[in-house]
Amino acid sequence: MKDGALLQVENLTKAFPLGRSLADALRGRPQRALQALGGVSLSVNRGETLGVVGESGCGKSTLARCLVRLYEPDCGAVRFEGKDVLGLTGEARRSYHRRVQMVFQDPYASLNPRLSVGDALAEALTVHRIVEPSATRDRVGALLDLVHLPRDAADRYPHEFSGGQRQRVGIARALAVEPSVIIADEPVSALDVSVQAQVVNLFLELQDRLGLSLVFITHDLRLVRHVSHRLAVMYLGKVVETGDTEAVFTAPRHPYTRALIAAVPQVDPHQRSTREAVRGELPSPIAPPPGCPFHPRCPIAEPRCRTEVPALDRRHGGWPVACHLAGAPST
Amino acid sequence: MTERPQPILEVRDLRVRFATSRGEVRAVDGVNLALAPGDTLGLVGESGSGKSVTLRAILRLLRSNATTTGEARWRGQDLLAMPEKRLRALRGREIAMIFQEPMSALNPVIPIGVQIAESLQAHTALDAAGRRRRAIELLDLVGIPSAAQRLAGYPHEFSGGMRQRAMIAIALAAEPKLLLADEPTTALDVTIQDQILKLLLRLSRELGMAMVLVTHDLGVVAETCERVSVMYAGRVVETGPVDRVFTAPGHAYTDALLRSMPHGGVARAPLRPIPGLPPRLDRPLQGCPFTPRCAYAEGRCGAEAPPFAPVAPGQEAACWASDRLARREVPA
Repeated sequence: MKDGALLQVENLTKAFPLGRSLADALRGRPQRALQALGGVSLSVNRGETLGVVGESGCGKSTLARCLVRLYEPDCGAVRFEGKDVLGLTGEARRSYHRRVQMVFQDPYASLNPRLSVGDALAEALTVHRIVEPSATRDRVGALLDLVHLPRDAADRYPHEFSGGQRQRVGIARALAVEPSVIIADEPVSALDVSVQAQVVNLFLELQDRLGLSLVFITHDLRLVRHVSHRLAVMYLGKVVETGDTEAVFTAPRHPYTRALIAAVPQVDPHQRSTREAVRGELPSPIAPPPGCPFHPRCPIAEPRCRTEVPALDRRHGGWPVACHLAGAPST
Repeated sequence: MTERPQPILEVRDLRVRFATSRGEVRAVDGVNLALAPGDTLGLVGESGSGKSVTLRAILRLLRSNATTTGEARWRGQDLLAMPEKRLRALRGREIAMIFQEPMSALNPVIPIGVQIAESLQAHTALDAAGRRRRAIELLDLVGIPSAAQRLAGYPHEFSGGMRQRAMIAIALAAEPKLLLADEPTTALDVTIQDQILKLLLRLSRELGMAMVLVTHDLGVVAETCERVSVMYAGRVVETGPVDRVFTAPGHAYTDALLRSMPHGGVARAPLRPIPGLPPRLDRPLQGCPFTPRCAYAEGRCGAEAPPFAPVAPGQEAACWASDRLARREVPA
């Protein structure tokens, strides 16, 4: 275990049982399940941003929800400051929830439409007894300052704000309880580019000012490169590569990471290519392929890729990658 | 414009107003576009800039609370003025359209093959056997594997990317001269988006089909289009060749938009957002609509609307600060 690891995830698995038809039940077929997480391990250091990227169905949102215990994982461990959090109950669990907060993609869905922004923030302060009741109003004002919203925003309701402002409210709400870690699940995906940049800057600024750790979950590779110190690339419920962001972007070791990076539309019209970055479709997490989950789409797959599941390890030195064919890192 | 071939589509002073409970909204406010045969034009802008409304207005697909004025000349004939019956004969046959969400365009209770055949029946003289053959060819063309077997499949049995391919196959059934694509890849994963964009690019080249691609993603335009028109607050503020506009923008908004995007290789550097929000379109706008958010704005910008003027060969912009952008000359 590393010194700085604040939040650690070990071999986390989560499956969602699917509905079974009567015919299947009568024939005695086993109930099918969607394997959302198939053994995920990663760690977040103090004050760092871990970017988690992947496409739909890769399990990134399930991971976020397991981290804040909105879902209970089936197996594995989540450790915060070295202590297992999955068994926590009562006051200890409340304390964990205060220290690890979540920011959602759509703040409109996570804010109570009938509470003014001031009341919503005050509620968080009161529930977790962050400040004396008499100091609540001042603290609400300070939180609005922190996310660059005007103080009079406290008297307004969520529907009166634009998307970007609403996400600021969502961030203020998460910060109210003075967390150490923020799990942000696609926090700017619903926003226009120009507004997206405002919110991304706010994350960067707050992290520097408050020393927060951030788990930034997104499908947007351009963005993740911009905000994260380290990166975890997920495919079909597994981490396939994880390492220092710039290193991974400069010399990706997993063929899926390479394809993902190549598929991002470049703003530079001179870098245009006519070749597809990767063929084929994302497999269903209900029936994941055997062996390496990426082998049906992989341009370099060998026979053993179809049968043997590659482990995530530092093969030939370098950062961890789950590919039988990964060579030594090229930089 | 200089040495451009005769346009097949020419949109002139297009205006769309919506009557809403909050009053009249000017969604499109004097848009001009010109498209030559085989052209690929990207129409970019943020939410509410009027890009999708422009596209739908051209084919008169807007709801009844919309009032459209101006001209959209298709090979000389005004689509906005022609009788509904004539327009219906053009829609799908000469001008086809694809949408962001294929499920809204596909009929959920009819097999894909039948839907392609319907389109072929409406627009071609093929007999039943010919239509089936052509439907298989089309599915093959858009990259749907084992096309013959997939004909009997229903839309819900297709993945998001495959549905988008099927919708493209239906749109291509009549070999249209122009494809209007409204955010066709926005709902798709990045590796699937990449495949669909490459497909559209290949098809427009192979079939000599012109294309207008509406998107909010500048990267998508850079990957697929030859020309681009940038929209803001219902107006086209800049238009020109993609490689010019993206490297030497002529409008302060284009410049700010390009700079606000995350670029590779600058880890953890703050982005340069555009402050503020786009203007409300239910109030009168004076001068350039970007003025309140613009770093280059000076006195006349808020008072006098800048004319659309050439900044380079084939590139035009409506910005008083065009010549100051490259020098980063910001007023004190």
